[in-house]
Amino acid sequence: MKNKNKSLIILGSLLLTYLFLMIGLSLGMINSYFSGVIVAILINVIMASSLTLVTGYLGELVLGHAGFMAVGAYTSALITMNLDLSAALEFPIALLCGGAFAAFIGILIGIPALRLRGDYLGIITLGFGEIIRIVLNNLKVTNGAKGLSGIPSYSNFTVTFFVTIVIVTAFYLLIKSRHGRAIIAIRENEIATDCVGICTFYYKTFAFAIAAFFAGIGGGLYAHYLQVLSPSSFGFLNSIEYLIIVVLGGMGSLSGTIIAAIVLGVLNEVLRAFSEYRMLIYSLVLISMMVCKAKGITVGLILDKLGLKNKLKFRGKQNISIGKEG
Amino acid sequence: MDYGILLMQQILNGLHIGSIYALIALGYTMVYGIVKLINFAHGDIMMVGAYIAFMMITAFNLPLPIAIIISMASCALIGMGIEKVAYKPLRNAPRMWALITAIGVSFFLETLFTILFGASSKPFPTLSLAPIQIGALQISQIMMISIGLSVFLMIALELFIKETKLGKAMRAASEDAKAAALMGISVNKTISIAFAIGSALGAIGGILFAMAYPQIKPLMGVMPGLKAFIAAVLGGIGILPGAMLGGFLLGIIESITKGFLSAFWPDASLWADAILFLILILVLLLKPAGILGKNVREKV
Repeated sequence: MKNKNKSLIILGSLLLTYLFLMIGLSLGMINSYFSGVIVAILINVIMASSLTLVTGYLGELVLGHAGFMAVGAYTSALITMNLDLSAALEFPIALLCGGAFAAFIGILIGIPALRLRGDYLGIITLGFGEIIRIVLNNLKVTNGAKGLSGIPSYSNFTVTFFVTIVIVTAFYLLIKSRHGRAIIAIRENEIATDCVGICTFYYKTFAFAIAAFFAGIGGGLYAHYLQVLSPSSFGFLNSIEYLIIVVLGGMGSLSGTIIAAIVLGVLNEVLRAFSEYRMLIYSLVLISMMVCKAKGITVGLILDKLGLKNKLKFRGKQNISIGKEG
Repeated sequence: MDYGILLMQQILNGLHIGSIYALIALGYTMVYGIVKLINFAHGDIMMVGAYIAFMMITAFNLPLPIAIIISMASCALIGMGIEKVAYKPLRNAPRMWALITAIGVSFFLETLFTILFGASSKPFPTLSLAPIQIGALQISQIMMISIGLSVFLMIALELFIKETKLGKAMRAASEDAKAAALMGISVNKTISIAFAIGSALGAIGGILFAMAYPQIKPLMGVMPGLKAFIAAVLGGIGILPGAMLGGFLLGIIESITKGFLSAFWPDASLWADAILFLILILVLLLKPAGILGKNVREKV
């Protein structure tokens, strides 16, 4: 009963958020620039939560997540550009095909790569990610380094918002399910999980494929939001960007990842005012956030020291990361 | 055109660029060996080294060897400083956290130097020495200086690690930091020295890289840094001879695909990086711990 109430509250607040943003949009309080920013942040939420499944819950370092996004983006863009159907029909087909193809590539990469662990898996995924980028850079279909342009603009605010909600809900349900528990068990102790009779290889490949699937869908949304694609926007640094979100969100926490994606997205926009100093401030914030995190300094603690805690009734929940040791 | 000569020439070019990769890879491997951290900022330390030498030569008119020494010393200090500020507080935190700070430091250095010197590339004052002709082979003197200097430094480093007390401390700390601390080795000091030596070698690598392609820009460290890191992994990360082997191997593979295969296959240079990564993946799948690495069995 309690769970049902909780999900009703979440559903209600999501609808309220949507209505609020939608009214803002239609009344012109939120201009097209900000709605673009919101769509970009939502895509980041999808990308980061799909990476959380592998990095946070499965506990494996992946440095080539943008590669899957690229596969999904190119596949869906090519489908909508070459298919003459109504938008309501071809966009879902394109997104699903993009996701499916990304998942296929994910399985193809995952089967050999998941034999490795830790940093080596990170390197090998980095290698695969770069290979995907170079292949896209040299294929005729993808128009090489010039990239694709003239992709129909389907990813408006409403579509992206609801796709994000569906994906995040799917992740939430997945993590609570039998499969999700198996994935978390692998992170905690792979050998013990094997001994209990859980096929670790299957679950690892499964998590990898699911993450790639949703990254592919994220890529599809990205393609139809930006309307132009070039291989250079799926490089190593883009993969790193999603990893930053996952780690800041406190690996293995879906809500933390979503909050981190929103905070970093907003930070990025706010810092745009500082033009060339933007990345300088961003990097300093990044370093100090990680150092504070490691020293156990939280917002709650700072407020407590300042004597503000009782006044604000701040409920600081410390992010305890259960990442891999050593 | 004689393909034999072309192949020889490309192998020589590969040794040249490989010696630079090897120098940078040594920094990665030394740091990884002790703190198990992929120091993503190392490629940018190399850029910093090249810029310091550039300033010394153009603004203060210092001769190249003195510029190199000043650049090495200041990079060693910068490396130690970065370790103190950004990595030391995270030593007991999950490893992925330190990875993020390393990326943060890398962004910081890149933007700082973009703001200070501008994003465009600048010509690096290189030595204008006539290349030596041996038969049909052309050997530039910069190539000889590069290879000679890096081989000399590698031998010196190997001797340092093998023979001196500090080197022993370093090996002990990389094997088991806790046990080393119990034996009275100051692990903090050892880590600082590893960062200092790694950064100094990175600085030399940066200067040699800038001399090879006579220009510098704030983002010049990204690709060589990534490739040197791959070289370190290829040879077996944490193992010094592995980093050298990986560096030379990577350089030779790269220049053969770019310079030799392109004689038969015009698109080869476009695919060069893909071939590089493919080889890395194959090596890791066949020998997960790298070429010289030993497979450590996982224990319960």
